[in-house]
Amino acid sequence: MKGHWQLAHLAWRYLWAKPLTAALNLLLLSLGLAAMVFVLIVSEQIESNVERDLGGIDLVVGAKGSPMQIMLAGVFHLDVPTGNIPLATIAQLRSQPLVAQAIPIALGDSLRGFRIVGTSPEYLGLYGARVAVGKLWTAPMQAVIGSAVVAATDLHPGQQFAGSHGLGEQGEAHAEKAYTVVGVLAPTGTVLDRLVLTDLASVWEVHEHHATGHAEVAEPESAREITMALVRYRSPLAAMMLPRWVNAHEGLQAAAPALETARLLRMVGTGTEVLRGFGSVLLLAAALSGFVALLNSVRERQSDLAMLRMLGAPPRRVAALVNLEALVLAVLASVLALGLGHALAHLLGSMLAEQQSLRLSGLWWSPWELGMPLLAIGLALLSAAWPAWRAFRLDITELLQAPR
Amino acid sequence: MSGAAKAPSLALQGLRYRYRDGTAMAFPDVKLANNQHLLLLGPSGSGKSTLLALMAGLLTPSAGQVLMAGTDVGALGAAARDAWRGRHLGFVPQRLHLSSALCVLDNLRLPFVCAGLACDEARLAELQSALGIDALAQRRPHELSVGQAQRVAIARALVRRPRLLLADEPTASLDDAAAAAVLDLLMQASAGQGASLVVATHDSRVVGRLLQSDPAFVELPGMDARIFA
Repeated sequence: MKGHWQLAHLAWRYLWAKPLTAALNLLLLSLGLAAMVFVLIVSEQIESNVERDLGGIDLVVGAKGSPMQIMLAGVFHLDVPTGNIPLATIAQLRSQPLVAQAIPIALGDSLRGFRIVGTSPEYLGLYGARVAVGKLWTAPMQAVIGSAVVAATDLHPGQQFAGSHGLGEQGEAHAEKAYTVVGVLAPTGTVLDRLVLTDLASVWEVHEHHATGHAEVAEPESAREITMALVRYRSPLAAMMLPRWVNAHEGLQAAAPALETARLLRMVGTGTEVLRGFGSVLLLAAALSGFVALLNSVRERQSDLAMLRMLGAPPRRVAALVNLEALVLAVLASVLALGLGHALAHLLGSMLAEQQSLRLSGLWWSPWELGMPLLAIGLALLSAAWPAWRAFRLDITELLQAPR
Repeated sequence: MSGAAKAPSLALQGLRYRYRDGTAMAFPDVKLANNQHLLLLGPSGSGKSTLLALMAGLLTPSAGQVLMAGTDVGALGAAARDAWRGRHLGFVPQRLHLSSALCVLDNLRLPFVCAGLACDEARLAELQSALGIDALAQRRPHELSVGQAQRVAIARALVRRPRLLLADEPTASLDDAAAAAVLDLLMQASAGQGASLVVATHDSRVVGRLLQSDPAFVELPGMDARIFA
């Protein structure tokens, strides 16, 4: 065994000579770092999800109400919509020279918590989605389902299902109007994975039947409604002009996802700051606790350390031993913290997945996580600095004196 | 040079040490041949521990020299002195300072760890066998009897085949039988390893025992230190 490994082995033995103290310091440092890891990977995933789910959507047009709610309902499919808007809005938007694309969205039903979205095939284009199995819908009451929906429902092309009224899982089933699955989307890592897509006409058909109880009674085209319109600008100038134009229309509300998500992330950011602050306090406590433990350890082991000097260890080797104890603790804490942080993210992801909410994974790795061992090592060396200096400056002649 | 071989194992020449409070102590000149041992006698405060520290290179003399096989220990740089101490000096302190965090075997490995060297396991096995502690390898110091702990401390001091073995009050707080056993062990171990032995003590029993073992003492002026062959 090489000399430095022997020194590390010695540090390990010294560290665990006081198992309770070592365990407490390890716990504090691990929890502090785990909180940091958790905040890091969760906030990164939220930002990444938000960015992917925006899919180039510049504006969401919905019924008058909260722009945040419109954005959450129309882009992320997390909130309930503010109401419906006339189908004619789509034509009005498309006639605007500043609008490159206006895609209708009609909501109202769901399948085991997964939203059924009436739309046009252009919607898939926003996310670069493609059909992995089967084909795109060509007629009303045909559905294409996302990969998360397949995983949860085990529905495949050719099978039929009935949607439930409303966006939650408790709605009344439209048993008389069944959808037929015609395609399955390849996973995109976007909101599409947890949606059931169908033609706009499907939603109208189901709800007209639901309202009247007769399939044959259809609303006139002018009375038809959609829930929202997703708009892509032709020119950056549109960001100035179009929201104002939309908001000037009675019953219409424009929501700019870029602005609303920034606001949302600021709100989420407050939570992450609190958690990060909590982690910082834990790390500070760990550093102080480590400092006190090492200082006490050096005091108590003064004779042992002096004996090491007597046996030929230069002062820097004795100081290195104290530093190594702290480093061993830091490395252990880093490993535990990474495991714990990812496990917590996985747990949160599982809980949110049950609610068809944000997608979080415990397997997400951030390059910034590499900073965690460095942070742990930095804190460990900081807390070991003074004890190591004391060990370095040890007066070993006292060792030769009579017992104190 | 052949002089190195002929040089005394340990020589103290005009050795003086000034304490921080300004008081100074002068030590008698000593020449210790390879086959000789030194007994430092005197009450507390007579300078025994200071002289041991000077011999070990832990203190730098204000005047004079400590020569080990011709090497002026005080003239060595700090790092060289640490290395020299690890290589040529064995030390058995009054309190044994066996690390309670380590088993006996790991305590015996410490001299190699301190020097940053790979451990010579064969040497450890040889010493454990010679001192009759091979069955104690995995025990912690608190699981040892006083006699066993003394043997482990002596083994640790001899691990790197030192030229000089220093023992500070090795019989303090031991009963007569245990004190005699420790002294015999020190004598045998140093003789077996070819090391010169320096014992500092105020215990009159030590003198009697060493006189019985080997009566060839050399009286030193100025300080109650004696050389015995």
